[in-house]
Amino acid sequence: MNAPDLGKIVGGPKVPRVDHVLIAEMVEAGSRVLDVGCGDGELLQLLSERKGVDGRGVELQRDKVNACVAHGLSVIQGDADRDLDNYPDQAFDYAILSLTIQATRQPKNVLENLLRIGRRAIVSFPNFGHWQVRTKLLFTGRMPVNDNLPDQWYLTPNAHLCTIRDFADLCELVHANVEQAVAFNAYGARLPIKWSLSMQNMFGEKAVFLLRGPGLTPTNR
Amino acid sequence: MTGASPNLAAPVSRRHPQVDTPSSPVVHFDASAPLRLACQQDLAPFSIAYETYGELNAAKSNAILICHALTADQYVASRHPITGKPGWWNSMVGPGKPIDTDRFYVICSNVVGGCMGSTGPASINPKTGTPYGLTFPVITVGDMVEAQARLIDYLGVDQLFAVIGGSMGGMQVLEWASRYKDRVFAAVPIATAAWHSSQNIAFHEVGRQAVMADPEWSGGNYYAAGTVPKNGLAVARMAAHITYLSEEALHRKFGRNLQDRSSLSFSFNAEFQVESYLRHQGSTFVDRFDANSYLYITRALDYFDMRESAGGVLANAFRGTKTRFCVVSFTSDWLYPTRESREIVQALNAVAANVSFVEIESDKGHDAFLLEEPTFFATIRGFLNAAATKRGLGPAEARK
Repeated sequence: MNAPDLGKIVGGPKVPRVDHVLIAEMVEAGSRVLDVGCGDGELLQLLSERKGVDGRGVELQRDKVNACVAHGLSVIQGDADRDLDNYPDQAFDYAILSLTIQATRQPKNVLENLLRIGRRAIVSFPNFGHWQVRTKLLFTGRMPVNDNLPDQWYLTPNAHLCTIRDFADLCELVHANVEQAVAFNAYGARLPIKWSLSMQNMFGEKAVFLLRGPGLTPTNR
Repeated sequence: MTGASPNLAAPVSRRHPQVDTPSSPVVHFDASAPLRLACQQDLAPFSIAYETYGELNAAKSNAILICHALTADQYVASRHPITGKPGWWNSMVGPGKPIDTDRFYVICSNVVGGCMGSTGPASINPKTGTPYGLTFPVITVGDMVEAQARLIDYLGVDQLFAVIGGSMGGMQVLEWASRYKDRVFAAVPIATAAWHSSQNIAFHEVGRQAVMADPEWSGGNYYAAGTVPKNGLAVARMAAHITYLSEEALHRKFGRNLQDRSSLSFSFNAEFQVESYLRHQGSTFVDRFDANSYLYITRALDYFDMRESAGGVLANAFRGTKTRFCVVSFTSDWLYPTRESREIVQALNAVAANVSFVEIESDKGHDAFLLEEPTFFATIRGFLNAAATKRGLGPAEARK
């Protein structure tokens, strides 16, 4: 890994990911954001450009952290499972976990920490309840491998895959208020909000949840 | 050999001239402006020797203070007056380099207690007309920072754009950020810790005992005796030098290779290359460093514990900070391992500070921070660029 290569990792005329665009819509301009599992800093960059947020990131992979910092993003090398405990309550307006929760060891703890650290939490994840996943499992009897879940079961970093329904249950368990839940189909189009949860769960390939923690009521948010 | 040397007639001449008359600029603070030390003694008068590079802009917003490590000095990017070698961070600091002197006004001063022109144990005590020796008060990292703050005032800089340093320099960075929250826009503590570990105190004690066991040390008064505790100081340096490297780096560099011979000679000569290397490190060190300074500065490090003044909770030292931090550690640094940097990061997170933290992969041990590591350099450059933009500093002036 050489310094000049870092330029290719962040920036460049890249089309932003659909879930990132949606998250950027959810986030209020000028707010303070923590992106847990920020990867190469794509979302932080987008949020800073479009919403002028004061953004911070946490990322496990050293080379990605280096690239982020070399590009001026405030990112620490750390672990969602281990390093969130240190943050004070409500230190951020939004704590974001984008396509990362399925790779954590303790998703419930991580979610509870997010809801504690941020006034709002935004969580996106691949939906294991998508009809293609179900049919693949049903007809081939094998773990699905597709664009959304690109690795073989023995190579994937994902440890805790869930469906939209599962995640909604977890939100209930930790007393999180779901303020918004949006699912995307395989083409990156948003599914109609009025669709039932089972329909979202069947046709959504990815989902984004905007949550508010149990400690906050709408009056003191 | 004992202290009975023929040089008794010219005692003071055994001190290096750089102690009194450094090649760099030096600012003298007279008796009316004493430096109140942590030990509650006043140091007055005192001098701070420093180098600057680049130009201070009209808004005085582009000053970077670089804090040096244990045995370095103000010559961060200029030729060393004793060794003739390039500056100790020459690859990092200069025109177009990560710490770009075309863009920033870089200040580096010799710490108080040092021996390159700032007041230290080798300096003359004006009350007695003889070198302080062991009558010099014990100093702390905080004292070093207070002395630097005087220099920064003198240079007319209100807020430093950045304070940067590795190892002991990193500790000064942390003290700066804690003591002068409004005066530090960005802070870069590198390969450092918020408190000195028991193991590190132990290594320092070995070094100090080696110096003090040398009969030429003469109870710290070797200036008058006209001697230099060369052997003791060289052993101290040899032991310390091992801690700056890594097993991997030592093995790669030397293996079990023999020095100037093809077979073992069954003696205690420097048969292995690594022995010869360490002896060289030791013997060149004594030419440029004062043994008492070595005692005082290692002591300052041993005393360093930022948790203490923060009521036992490190985070309290940074509460309310608006400084942007970039903490850097190296994978093979076992002197100040990554977990000690992580502790700093956790404390900063606990007060919701703006912090970046990068662990650089390197097998070169603690000394990696002095070497040209591309990822490390890209990190420093990127962090400073982003911070400069936030601070409203324009890009570097076009170079001639």
